[in-house]
Amino acid sequence: MSATEEVPAVPVLVQAPPRSAMATWQRGALVLLGLAAALAPIFVLESFQLFQLTMAVIMALAVLGLNIVTGYNGQISLGHGAFYAVGAYATAILMSHGDWSFWATLPVSAAVCAGLGYAVGFPALRLGGLYLALTTFSLAVAVPQILKHRAIEDWTGGVQGLFLVKPDPPSWLPLDADQWMYLVALGVSAVLFLLSWNLIRSRVGRALMAIRDNPTAAEAMGMDTATLKTRAFAVSAMVTGIAGSLGAVVIEFVAPDSFGFGVSISLFVGMVVGGVASIAGSIFGGLFVLFVPNIAEEISKAAPGVIYGAILILFLFLLPDGFAGLLRRLAARWRDRAAR
Amino acid sequence: MDGLAHQFIAGIATGGIYASVALALVMIYQATHHVNFAQGEMATFSTFIALTLIQAGLPYWVAFVLTVVVSFALGVAIERVLMRPVQHAPVLTHVGVFIGLLLIVGNLTGWVFGYTTKVFPSPFESEGLLFGGLVSGHELGSTVVTLAVLLLVYLFFRHTTLGLAMRAAAYNPASSRLVGIRVGWMLALGWGLAAAVGAVAGMMVAPVVFLDPTMMLGILLYAFAGALLGGIDNPMGAVVGGFAVGVLENLAGAYVVGTELKLTVALAIIIGVLVVRPSGLFGRVVLSRV
Repeated sequence: MSATEEVPAVPVLVQAPPRSAMATWQRGALVLLGLAAALAPIFVLESFQLFQLTMAVIMALAVLGLNIVTGYNGQISLGHGAFYAVGAYATAILMSHGDWSFWATLPVSAAVCAGLGYAVGFPALRLGGLYLALTTFSLAVAVPQILKHRAIEDWTGGVQGLFLVKPDPPSWLPLDADQWMYLVALGVSAVLFLLSWNLIRSRVGRALMAIRDNPTAAEAMGMDTATLKTRAFAVSAMVTGIAGSLGAVVIEFVAPDSFGFGVSISLFVGMVVGGVASIAGSIFGGLFVLFVPNIAEEISKAAPGVIYGAILILFLFLLPDGFAGLLRRLAARWRDRAAR
Repeated sequence: MDGLAHQFIAGIATGGIYASVALALVMIYQATHHVNFAQGEMATFSTFIALTLIQAGLPYWVAFVLTVVVSFALGVAIERVLMRPVQHAPVLTHVGVFIGLLLIVGNLTGWVFGYTTKVFPSPFESEGLLFGGLVSGHELGSTVVTLAVLLLVYLFFRHTTLGLAMRAAAYNPASSRLVGIRVGWMLALGWGLAAAVGAVAGMMVAPVVFLDPTMMLGILLYAFAGALLGGIDNPMGAVVGGFAVGVLENLAGAYVVGTELKLTVALAIIIGVLVVRPSGLFGRVVLSRV
């Protein structure tokens, strides 16, 4: 009898912080504000600045692809530049040899990159951590050589590369080609960000993270780790490949030497600096990849690469959860203070 | 037929370089469970130091020894400063630090020493070919140096107390600490040794491929392929794998794919080994229980 008396009282339920207590009109206003901020550059920025911003959006999409497999699934890839290159070349070849329209090349490029990602993901199952990183790294280094090779020169244009032309904006829109490309990149990226967001917050996304955090437990709970890992690689390669397609039409040119291992390293650095395993972090990563090399060049003309590397190591030491993590912590602190 | 024989022997000479870098990779892996991506860039930096010393008027072998010592010190310093603070961090952080190191050392090399391709002297007489035109003096000399380094490293790990302590520290850090081995310093020593072996490899390969800041990139990948082929946890396997990759690369380059796809050969070997026999030719098959 006495034992039952010692049972503690039912604890008072901790109330969830009133985080999502935002009125519908407030959310609507936020969405409108975000949309306005995304569209404003079309009217505000000069042509070159708009081009740079378009590339930043595309880089953000490529970093998002890397984040799916490396951030959320824990398979370290240093070779995502390869998928970016393949996506770019798929679009360039179809547009310049087959006279396809840009939109028609997107599904093909997505399918090719997903297939390649699946193929790379298979041997990747045999490798953990560092080896996978080094294998994908060798893929990234080999890509320019393969693209230059004589056997496929008729298609790829060899060292000279291929030229292509931006799609024209629809005639009912009062926009020039640059403005239209920004809109296209923004639209495609927005859709893929939304899809990725949903993927990560679904059962599959939770399974990917479970495999990353504890593969044994994940397998014991009945997750098919091999299938999930290879498919994560495929999805990730597809997203990065679509970014490559967009990049090719925006630059209107593809050549083997613009897809060296530097691209892969940039994507990796962007992911770390923006925030590993963070959808929003990918956006910061894209901005970083595009704009920081310029800033680094201003700090020191001689060695932007040294500064780039130093920033990467500093972030790993001081802000391992990246820029997105920093914002998250600041927001949490602000909310605490507001609640007090 | 002579052509084939010469390709074969040239393959063994470059294979020796891959073998020593592969050995450095395996060594650092055994001592620290790291695979240092910046290994190649560090070796290139060391080779530039050697060139600077030689141009300053030092005899070749004095510069050689000085470079090895400086590289060893740099390797230890990098472990102490960059790797130690993140030793308990996830693998992703380690990869990040390696990439950062690669960017910093690689670009620093170009910045300090310039981007132009330079000629690096060979200590071995290279006029004419020996043994009926089969092998050049440098090929023979660099193979001998590589084998000597491999032998030294083997003797160090098998027959000295320090080598035993390093192996123990990697195998079981907790128990090693209990018997008084300073595990942290063993890791640093492992990095130093790997940097020193890398420096030797750099100085041996520079006369063949010429010295520029990106010299070692391909070599690192071949070395990795060799290490995988021989079994990443087996130093002797890494050496054999390195030689095998050198021969394969030269033969494939000469007769099958041509020189422009040489790096792709490394990729093909890596993926082939991983798919067909992930533990390599001589590696221990690790069974994991799930």
